[in-house]
Amino acid sequence: MVELLDRKLLFVTGKGGVGKTTVSAALSLLAASKGKRTLVCELDAKGDLAASFEAGPTSFDAREVAPHLWAMSMDTEASLRQYLSLQLKLPKAAHIGPVAKMFDFVASAAPGVREIVTVGRLCWEVRERHYDLVVVDAVASGHIVGQLAAPQAINRLVQVGLIRQQTGWMLDILSDPRTSGVLVVATPEEMPVTETIELIGRLKAETTVSLAGVIVNRVLPELFGTREGRAFEAVCGEPAREFLTEKIGGRPEPLLDAARLMVKMRRSRAAHLERLRESVSAGAPGGAAVPLLYVPYLFLRSYGLRSTRQIAAALAAELES
Amino acid sequence: MTRARKVPATLEALVAAREIVIVCGPGGVGKTTVAAAVAAMAACRQGGKVLVLTVDPARRLANALGLSPARAGAQQVPLSAFAKAGIVPHGELWTEMLDTKWSWDRLVDQHAPDRATAQRILDNPLYQNISGRFVQSHDYIAVERLYELHSQGAYDLIVVDTPPTRNAIDFLLAPERMAEFFSSRLLRLLTVPYRSRFADMASRPFYHVADRILGSQFLQDIAEFFILFQTLSEGFVSRAEEVQRLLADRRSTFIVVSTLESVPVREAGTFMGLLPAKGFHLGGLVLNRVLPAYLLSPGLAPRAARLSEDAEHLAGLLCTEKGPLRGTDPVLVERVLQEVGVNFNNLGVVARREASLRSDLSGPLGVVVTVPELEQDVHDLEGVLALGRHIWS
Repeated sequence: MVELLDRKLLFVTGKGGVGKTTVSAALSLLAASKGKRTLVCELDAKGDLAASFEAGPTSFDAREVAPHLWAMSMDTEASLRQYLSLQLKLPKAAHIGPVAKMFDFVASAAPGVREIVTVGRLCWEVRERHYDLVVVDAVASGHIVGQLAAPQAINRLVQVGLIRQQTGWMLDILSDPRTSGVLVVATPEEMPVTETIELIGRLKAETTVSLAGVIVNRVLPELFGTREGRAFEAVCGEPAREFLTEKIGGRPEPLLDAARLMVKMRRSRAAHLERLRESVSAGAPGGAAVPLLYVPYLFLRSYGLRSTRQIAAALAAELES
Repeated sequence: MTRARKVPATLEALVAAREIVIVCGPGGVGKTTVAAAVAAMAACRQGGKVLVLTVDPARRLANALGLSPARAGAQQVPLSAFAKAGIVPHGELWTEMLDTKWSWDRLVDQHAPDRATAQRILDNPLYQNISGRFVQSHDYIAVERLYELHSQGAYDLIVVDTPPTRNAIDFLLAPERMAEFFSSRLLRLLTVPYRSRFADMASRPFYHVADRILGSQFLQDIAEFFILFQTLSEGFVSRAEEVQRLLADRRSTFIVVSTLESVPVREAGTFMGLLPAKGFHLGGLVLNRVLPAYLLSPGLAPRAARLSEDAEHLAGLLCTEKGPLRGTDPVLVERVLQEVGVNFNNLGVVARREASLRSDLSGPLGVVVTVPELEQDVHDLEGVLALGRHIWS
């Protein structure tokens, strides 16, 4: 089996709101800390990636945000511009403006045209070996299949021209499981888990990119084992509560309620976690097992570089175990 | 101090005065459930015929509410489902799931000049891509379908669960963008007959470059599609304008849903600023899955600290011969006390984080309601109504 970080190109996806940007940031920080020259790219420019590193805004030009780690945000027009000047000996740069607009326009009708330029740019980084690893904070699970199947879509629609010529080498990179893979981030909740299971099926059926792993984010801690659970019930009894009230300077009920709340929150998520675990292990009969990594819920005051580091550490521990 | 207009203090009052409620916000915050809850409460308490129009509901919830694609028409939630929840509703609750492809096809049928043109559009491969796969087309088609349902007048209230978009804003701008699309210069450039393209010196470099990138065959396919599509433009543009007007008038209101996490809050905040700026009515804010307020009460943190720091000592005392927990293993009790103390601090940190994010969302706003973290997923009408009672009045 290929180790997760030994691949060259990882697309991180998941339902909106599950923390895929944070996980992308943490994963790239982890790879960089192991000495790999790493590029992390945010595909939809919301600026969340920059916040994960607290190192100023990212742009189309990759910038070193930590040792061995470069960050960038994708810009379709800039990417097209770069592509045109590399591939076409354009007489005047001025003509790119209207072309880029037209391109945007065509891209809104023809699937894969925009993706070929953005995903293509990232594949190009891999082909040129500029980095050891490229981590893509990709689009959400609803759109990732369209993005990764872009070369096939282009092959169907476009017969000749430069765009068409790009699909062959891109497919080579995307289809090689040692080179490229998709990481799906989920939280242990109903919709994220359901979407993850559906996505795993669609990736297999509609794209050539392999599933590199599933990351379960924000897993709540288990406060009590079975025996502690019974002891907790005893502590919740009236005699113990009265006793504690004297000793800790006030009623203990709110503290006990908070513990019960956490137990219930964890329990309501447990069934979804189980469903995910079953379908991930069932998805790989005979084939290589798909790693399922757990990232704990972080009880932090705010999110930033510190939380990114903690998630990186949690991922490191999971990858070693 | 007087106000020009009285702001409704509850969702109940807000909803009672409107015909369209649009539930919007960032992804993953529970929009579908909130939309269902608003509609169910309105049907139960205010009566009339209420429809919830949704895009991508969780399967169990969809089954429970009898949601099925538009093709099959709207479905009424059976009275037996209400009976199971112990309620006899005043009105009727109807549900419909948006079917993008079907709605697009109907739109083409309605606006094409004739049957043959409609068929040519429907058969065009580019059209099939637009209607079947496009995210942006979801946005447009959702407002379009809303307009159609509203103008048919069959419902007293329509609650819309907006589609998951990359940005919540896309949904609002969809009609505007559709109108822009048809009036753009690029559309004209692309739909110029192929032979006359190279006659015009000004646009020659454009075609030259475009040809090299996309290939002339593909360009022709695109041109043909856009030429066909242009025949729809008149109907589409005027429709888009009407939709825009409907969303902006006093019959419609927007409810923003968010959780108190940093990314959703930022997105919800942007959206709340944009709504009034675009002339839409921001009626309320629903904060979902919020931790209980007691976690913030002063004086509890020291108790939690005592519990975890003195856990060994306290456990020893609890488990002595005469202690209230005699017979219980003090090691277990110690661990429990420690966990209880640490957990309270952990949740306290999150609750304070939530409180600070909440203050970021304050502004000139009507109704703000919070929904606690529920013990179970909402997957039946009973759950929907339980959520509804939290937010209603």
